Amino acid sequence: MTRSAIELKAEAKNLNFYYGPVHALKNINMPIERRKVTALIGPSGCGKTTFLRCFNRMHDLYPHNRYEGEIILYPDKINIISPEIDPIEIRMQISMVFQKPNPFPKSIYENVAYGLRVRGISRKGILDEAVEKSLRGAALWEEVKGRLNSLAVDLSGGQQQRLCIARALATGPRILLFDEPTSALDPTATSKIEELIIELKNEVTIIIVTHNMQQAARVSDYTAFMYLGEIIEFDKTDKIFTAPSNRLTEEYITGRFG
Amino acid sequence: MEDIKKRIKNIKLWNGIFSIVSLLSTFVGLVLLFALMTDLFMDGAPRISYKFFTSFPSRFPEEAGILSAWVGTLLLILVTAFAAIPLGVAAGIYLEEYAGKNWFTDIIEINIANLAGVPSIIYGLLALGIFVYFFKFGESVLTGGLALALLILPMVIMATREAIRAVPNSIREASYAVGATKWQTVKWHIIPYSTGGILTGIIIGLSRAIGETAPIITVGALTFIAFLPASPVSTEFPFISFKWLLDPFTVMPIQIFNWVSRPQQGFHVNAAAAGIVLLVMTLFMNAAAIYIRYRFRKKIKW
Ligand SMILES: Nc1ncnc2c1ncn2[C@@H]1O[C@H](COP(=O)(O)OP(=O)(O)OP(=O)(O)O)[C@@H](O)[C@H]1O
Ligand SMILES: [Mg+2]
Repeated sequence: MTRSAIELKAEAKNLNFYYGPVHALKNINMPIERRKVTALIGPSGCGKTTFLRCFNRMHDLYPHNRYEGEIILYPDKINIISPEIDPIEIRMQISMVFQKPNPFPKSIYENVAYGLRVRGISRKGILDEAVEKSLRGAALWEEVKGRLNSLAVDLSGGQQQRLCIARALATGPRILLFDEPTSALDPTATSKIEELIIELKNEVTIIIVTHNMQQAARVSDYTAFMYLGEIIEFDKTDKIFTAPSNRLTEEYITGRFG
Repeated sequence: MEDIKKRIKNIKLWNGIFSIVSLLSTFVGLVLLFALMTDLFMDGAPRISYKFFTSFPSRFPEEAGILSAWVGTLLLILVTAFAAIPLGVAAGIYLEEYAGKNWFTDIIEINIANLAGVPSIIYGLLALGIFVYFFKFGESVLTGGLALALLILPMVIMATREAIRAVPNSIREASYAVGATKWQTVKWHIIPYSTGGILTGIIIGLSRAIGETAPIITVGALTFIAFLPASPVSTEFPFISFKWLLDPFTVMPIQIFNWVSRPQQGFHVNAAAAGIVLLVMTLFMNAAAIYIRYRFRKKIKW
């Protein structure tokens, strides 16, 4: 793989992560290309979620968690996980969509506007515009435009997850993190989200954790196979799924273990 | 196969026995409560009239009323609420959302849990020492209200914490993930979503405070008061006055206690009537708590 041609958005360098005494990520080195989808795959407990949550410093919310090494964010070249960097500053630029849809028990409108309110924006005109734009971006606008003030929890699971994507999009993130965003959804809702992800990469860099091999193959440009806290293999998705160079990777994607 | 059938039969038998025992226990409790209430109403209801609410206590049972007592209870609860709610809610929020998990917060936690079980008279002694002797607030509405505030503070703190704990962590993470600060998360999510539980806890705490007697006697509430505390509003500048805070007072339970300890039958009727009023006050507050809980449950779904 030629590294010179790609435009980096982020890069993990010698990243280690500890949950107290548990060494969950071991010496991770991996580039994230700008405006591409990078998939993280691997058996349960291998550290995918842990790695993903390093990118927006979610681990800072809980005690005894420790990072070592660097995740460089380009083009600013700041180290995301440096203790000197305020995690809030990072989360303002790197948004996240969780495994289970987690809308606030508020209106659809307020859910999407939340990221802007957090930034102190309360002018109705600006909010209205951002809400519509984000909902369109999340392919939800047509379904909800008539009932923006009704409760978000009354939407279907798939709609809720798209609402969460809209909420994450509203603040114009530079990287969007997805942690198994479709594992709680039915096939129709899943394919909608997949289409959306492919659409979104025109504007934003995406990292997605998935258990679903077909999904990784369908939506991602790059795939990293993780095992026991390490990156076993990282390459273009085509390469990983057609000619993996590691035996473990091959066994995993062909379903022989994991 | 036979074995399994036998076991299931056995389990069902125990199931049946247990439900009968539970039903009987519930029934006994209900019947007793009903008997007590009926007795109270038979005795006291005829005495309840407009005049009963607007008269001061008197040497003559037919002329005596509960004016100073219900006004005293009301003012006391006002002081209690003003002191206990902000302190208790803030402490609960701090312990749940801000404090780290370490030996210090563990100690605080154990202490609060234990404080909730301390006999109420101990709070009276504490208040006597601090508010009467040290701060020299006198045997006043302020002292009594603060004593009750101390008493219900652990309840308010625990109710707040429980309500906050019921907010799913996924909501917190959703808020932080878009860059919210801790305070923004608390202000826009934690507090609004736990308000129902917090209010319920507060009201139940206050309704407990209304019925408390021991700490109030300890701090020196009088048993016979034939005047009202100073009015909180006046016609002269600055229009509101806090003089009532330092006035002596009595409360409903003390008035009842005073009346039942008299020999004359007429005072016993008065006591029953005042008991009905006190009961209705607490029932009303509990109903309010249930209603609030119901409203918020309906409004907030995850
Ligand atoms: N809070 C925690 N404290 C201690 N260990 C943890 C914690 N969270 C995760 N771990 C451990 O870290 C390792 C990686 O967990 P992680 O959740 O990242 O796995 P995952 O690849 O996302 O798995 P899954 O596919 O099941 O979601 C696991 O061994 C897990 O037990
Ligand atoms: Mg995971």
